[in-house]
Amino acid sequence: MTEVRFHGRGGQGAVTSAELIALAAIDEGQFAQAFPSFGPERRGAPVVAFLRVSKDQIRIRSKVYQPDIVVVLDPTLMDIVDVSSGLKPKGILVINTAKTWEQIRKDYGFKGRLAVVDADRIAMEEMKVPITNTTMLGALIRAAGITRLESMDRPLDARFGKIAERNKKAMQRAFDETIIKE
Amino acid sequence: MPIQKGMEVSIAVSEAVKLANVDVISAYPITPQTHIVEHLSELVADGELKAAFIPVESEHSALSAAVGAAAVGARAYTATSSQGLALMHEIMFVASSMRIPLVMTVVNRALSAPINIWNDLSDIMAQRDCGWVQLFAINGQEAVDLTLQAFKIAEDPRVLLPVAVNLDGFVLSHVIEPIELPDQEAVDRFLPVFKPTLRLDPDQPVSMGAFGSPEVFIEVKKQVEEALIGSQKVAAEVWKDFGDIFGRTYKPVESYKAKGAEILLVTMGSITETAMTAVDSMREKGRKVGLIHIRLWRPFPFKEFFQAIREAKCLAVVDRALVPGGVGGPVGLEIKSALFEKKERPYVAEFVAGLGGRDLTVEVFAEMAAKAERYAKTQKEMRYEMIGVREK
Amino acid sequence: MAKIDALHPWKEVPLGCAILEAGNSRQFKTGDWRSKIRPVTDQEKCIKCGMCWIFCPDMAYNQRADGFYDWNSYYCKGCGICARECPKEAIQMIAEEE
Ligand code: SF4
Ligand code: SF4
Repeated sequence: MTEVRFHGRGGQGAVTSAELIALAAIDEGQFAQAFPSFGPERRGAPVVAFLRVSKDQIRIRSKVYQPDIVVVLDPTLMDIVDVSSGLKPKGILVINTAKTWEQIRKDYGFKGRLAVVDADRIAMEEMKVPITNTTMLGALIRAAGITRLESMDRPLDARFGKIAERNKKAMQRAFDETIIKE
Repeated sequence: MPIQKGMEVSIAVSEAVKLANVDVISAYPITPQTHIVEHLSELVADGELKAAFIPVESEHSALSAAVGAAAVGARAYTATSSQGLALMHEIMFVASSMRIPLVMTVVNRALSAPINIWNDLSDIMAQRDCGWVQLFAINGQEAVDLTLQAFKIAEDPRVLLPVAVNLDGFVLSHVIEPIELPDQEAVDRFLPVFKPTLRLDPDQPVSMGAFGSPEVFIEVKKQVEEALIGSQKVAAEVWKDFGDIFGRTYKPVESYKAKGAEILLVTMGSITETAMTAVDSMREKGRKVGLIHIRLWRPFPFKEFFQAIREAKCLAVVDRALVPGGVGGPVGLEIKSALFEKKERPYVAEFVAGLGGRDLTVEVFAEMAAKAERYAKTQKEMRYEMIGVREK
Repeated sequence: MAKIDALHPWKEVPLGCAILEAGNSRQFKTGDWRSKIRPVTDQEKCIKCGMCWIFCPDMAYNQRADGFYDWNSYYCKGCGICARECPKEAIQMIAEEE
């Protein structure tokens, strides 16, 4: 079982990210579960969403405390939230940032596996909006697998209709441009 | 052939209500029930579900309108949570004693104060004695299946009682997970059109909800009680039918790795699955731990319960509601009372946990099982223990 | 309230205590409650306004073809409301013979 925690801000679509991956994984015949960290939703406040994907039936409904993967949709969260909290020793942190891989490592003293991508720039160029939740799915899939990139097509079409193509393109670019180092 | 699709449990429940072909939905929105009734109102507005959607001004009215609709012979549905359910309290008794078959989803949430939108079972447990059939879903598939079954149980001429289908707020209701939605054709075979035994009809007028003097009141209550007790037999038949058509089996009490278990966790609702994972890991360590979960809470399935626990030396009951000033939580209270008639009975360790949305992890279930084992060894005198309370 | 003329065993109580026979309150003899006084109407004073008919709590008055109101001893419980409400003081409460 792979457990993922998404960090975003209210309105950035962290919950949607978790949902879309879960839908794609279920379409592939895997078991998956996605849920928000529930609370009175406030735009801009730090929020988290959780995802579990497994080959077997998932029989656990508590929050994810020891994720295999952490996805950070908004780099400014890094200064106010301990995004790597509970991350497994072999786990990977996937960050949307304009900084380089080395810079992030230096700034936050993070020693584990790290993947970085400038999702803000990709989202602005491809979709003209600074919303990175679908873009970051490309980075997540590149960094950790979980689902095939093609499996995202159906959930993205269902969710975004006419603008699904732009989301797919942004996701593909993030997949290509993500930098992963140990 | 229907296949598993990823969907939010609330949406799946409203799709089940649509499949049940309801005639009337009356509802008032309250967190975390909202996704269910919002989706239903969309289905009605889009013409996908031919039903009347009554957006009432309170939950008291939501249930009243559903009672009225069912009284004229409509298949009626409503859903609520927490304070909303509390506001329905008065009508809860009216619905059962008037023998109104309707179905309500209760998306379980704590009762105020302090204001809390998160999950526990205090809302439905405060309605324990209202004479409704009460079912608990442990996952999204069960929430769908129980919803369909609930109509069939409620409308059986031997039952004619309202049924509450409980699902945990947020931790179940808002989760995306794989769910198989049955075909309309199969549902129609399983759940025929509602044929009321008695209905309000201007051409054949009757009075429902009239006065009942002391000369008749007890007889009416006896009749309702017998119908409620008898609903278990009907539920068993409904579950048999359901299994034949859809291939998923349901029982009033379910066991998990209970064979040879000395300690049994006793749970209700969606915490059950997390507790199962705890059982798995304890079993791997060689501990004789199993689990039972109670799906049919009212009427309480005594026979099946005794059967399920017969090998156990110790029960670790996990309650998610408190009976303030009493012996613990409602489930523990029920079980201890039920066991009183037995000469040989297991030790009962009663825990109250997870109130107001406090997360229950695999580790917490392991902790409760371990405590229960310890307490059983010394036969520790305990009423109950509240789990996870900060002492300092 | 329906008159309980047969005390049903619990299995025979109508479903949910419903009243299956429409209008069966008609059978209920509230006249049994009357104790020694009853109203009498002086048709000379009566203006056929119907106030007695409206106010009688047990439907003891019925309008005749000629517009006057007939009193029905089966339902009258002798409360005197009609006499009090009659705007013409046409109704008197009188002692009933044994
Ligand atoms: S005395 Fe009372 S019951 Fe009798 S007719 Fe007058 S109002 Fe009716
Ligand atoms: S209230 Fe008096 S005046 Fe009016 S109809 Fe009755 S008896 Fe006649």
